[in-house]
Amino acid sequence: MNSVTNVIICGTGGQGILLASEILCAAAIAAGNDVKKSEVHGMAQRGGSVSSHVRFGEKIYSPLVEKGNADLILAMEKLEGLRWVPYLAPGGKLVACDLEINPMTVNTGEAVYPDVDAMMKEKGVPVTMVPAMEVARALGNMKVVNVALLGAVSPHLPIDAEYWREAIKQRVPGKFLEVNLQAFDRGRELGSDT
Amino acid sequence: MGKRLNEITEGTLFLSGNEAVARGAWEAGVHFATGYPGTPSTEILETIGKEYLEIKAQWAPNEKVGMEVLAGASFAGARVLTAMKHVGLNVAADPLYTLSYIGATGGIVIISADDPGMHSSQNEQDNRLMGRAAKVVILEPSDSQEAKDMVGEALRISEEFDTPVLLRMTTRICHSKSLVKVGPRIEVPVKGYKTDIKKRIPIPAHARDMHSKVEKRLLVLAEWGAASPLNRIEKGDPSLGVITGGVSYQYVKEACPEASVLKIGMSNPLPWNLVEKFLGMVDRVVFVEENDPYLEETVKARFLIEADGKNVIPLEGELNPEIVREALKPGTGMQSTWRGFDLPGRPPALCPGCPHRGAFYSLSRLGAGATGDIGCYTLGLMPPYNALETTVCMGASIGVLSGIENAEGRKGIKRLVAAIGESTFVHSGITGLIDMVYNGNTGTVMIMDNGLTAMTGGQENPTTGRNLRGEKAPVLDLEELVKACGVRIVRVVDPHDLDEMRKVFEEELAREELSVIITRRPCVMKYRPVRRTVAVVDTEKCVGCRQCMKLGCPAISWDNGHPVISEFLCWPRCNLCVQVCPVDAISKDMEGDE
Repeated sequence: MNSVTNVIICGTGGQGILLASEILCAAAIAAGNDVKKSEVHGMAQRGGSVSSHVRFGEKIYSPLVEKGNADLILAMEKLEGLRWVPYLAPGGKLVACDLEINPMTVNTGEAVYPDVDAMMKEKGVPVTMVPAMEVARALGNMKVVNVALLGAVSPHLPIDAEYWREAIKQRVPGKFLEVNLQAFDRGRELGSDT
Repeated sequence: MGKRLNEITEGTLFLSGNEAVARGAWEAGVHFATGYPGTPSTEILETIGKEYLEIKAQWAPNEKVGMEVLAGASFAGARVLTAMKHVGLNVAADPLYTLSYIGATGGIVIISADDPGMHSSQNEQDNRLMGRAAKVVILEPSDSQEAKDMVGEALRISEEFDTPVLLRMTTRICHSKSLVKVGPRIEVPVKGYKTDIKKRIPIPAHARDMHSKVEKRLLVLAEWGAASPLNRIEKGDPSLGVITGGVSYQYVKEACPEASVLKIGMSNPLPWNLVEKFLGMVDRVVFVEENDPYLEETVKARFLIEADGKNVIPLEGELNPEIVREALKPGTGMQSTWRGFDLPGRPPALCPGCPHRGAFYSLSRLGAGATGDIGCYTLGLMPPYNALETTVCMGASIGVLSGIENAEGRKGIKRLVAAIGESTFVHSGITGLIDMVYNGNTGTVMIMDNGLTAMTGGQENPTTGRNLRGEKAPVLDLEELVKACGVRIVRVVDPHDLDEMRKVFEEELAREELSVIITRRPCVMKYRPVRRTVAVVDTEKCVGCRQCMKLGCPAISWDNGHPVISEFLCWPRCNLCVQVCPVDAISKDMEGDE
């Protein structure tokens, strides 16, 4: 049986989702997998919802994850995490950044930001909230939130830590490498606790 | 990090479909590439521009010009490529249809990036129908490896059979990444231009012969395609035979790996012998294709078979593995534990600091609106501006404004301007403006000049002073151009100067003479802020009037009766919220903001 791992990374434009999924793919490739990823550009820079599907295993056909099949959803924003929950597989896991970003419709008063925590609790969504903003703040660079979150999900994916570090080295410019590796390690500790 | 891709000549790369097309062009010895930016095709030219310096690559002002320059380069015996989004091919359709008759001296590959599901497009047209109507060969890749390989194959077909080849991509192919085996570049010589009037001037006497040649070419290619590895039968369970191509092939393999599959890589002309063979091998036939029933109708018309297709596979929107699974094997999908939640959407918005915000805010304060065009500023339709009222296609804002005036006189346009970006104006707005001058229209055209082609990610254009490779280029002077068209009143305004912006709108809307307003301020993608300055709210002074919320700025949210300004999102050089606050409760240090 072809064993495939399905991951969805989601959030809002400008949060570094595309870089995070590049790092995940590079790590999966380094670990010897066939990999496909799919995302839709265009609106990403304008604050809209952004998502990236990543699938890896021995042989991958569809670049898209099927509903009910995601082993892991990494949400850089809570509401976006909840939006993708129908894609979670039984036994799958949602790892979310403890962060709320208002959609424009909430700012203009047309909509209300829902009580995401309560909704997840009520529906029994298997979620782990990661204080990735605090990790980034402690490291003095708010841009490493995405890599801290990758660290937090890394123990739950069948890719060895060395491949993750290798992938970060490949994708992150030299002067930001050290802080990103620290963010990854701190995130990995937080992720391992759960 | 590090190496440019043209330094890598072997191994495996993880490429998007667009990057793979660029790679394929380089490996196949393409000499010249051109195009106009359009999602989801933009990265093809960008990648060639950045990574593959052996190819002469440039942005065209529009797709038609690109196609014509391409034709000339092919006449001179160069291998050529042009890339555009699906609606771009409409603009380039005029040269395309006749180029099909003329044929290819140097190989011609035309990339059409269709957008099933309309992720960032105004329609869902299926350009396989366009390719068939133009009687050119169509190839459809199903992943990045095929996208790369098919560029080379397209050029060989083009030169051998003297035909342009359309490579039809879709968003999911363009923007999905997969592993691609790469090789070195093969250099082919540019043959050089040779006069051949009978081949290249389609006056009726010549064109009749050309047309016969085209029809014969299609018959020969249909035979050829049956033996080409572009099309293949994957033998499986004979009770279910799926005819498919493009990304749909991947969904079929995912959902139903046991089925027999006819995988079509060349969808015009269809390989009739191979299709006939496949139909004889299987019991139930299902066509799995996105958008229009192109394969279904073509095959059914020829073989008069009973088969499933658009009765089980939706015509509208994108396909995905669960839709295909449900059609092929109903009820076997994974049952999700959770239904969808009723959540507020997150539509895109103008960026914090966006120059367009000042223009749309001012229009909406005046109760005025705009006929619109294609670009970031199409977002002017969104609340709180509700300023954009029409959009048709690139350049149409101007024609639509004139049309309203032609139908009901000045009364119809007394609260409307035409809103068009500078790149779109150069693409196809100039002729609309000339029409206004020539026919005595009196409306106001607003050219929103933010110094780059923004919606597609920030490309250079003839007004920006740089070319695709980032080298210096002459600057198209919009004021002089507009005046040369015959416009007497031309006003340039900083759209973030709200008092001035409002005054200019008031005066020009009232003026019974054609005028052009150029709103000039650089896009936030044009510069990186040296330091971040953040607007500060004095909650003691704030009276909670929500005037700042009418800016629709993503950096401003409302909490506990006052605005809250995000330190991450607030953009330097922008103080619109400071300007609109009637009680001076918002302040911002703008000094040193360069």
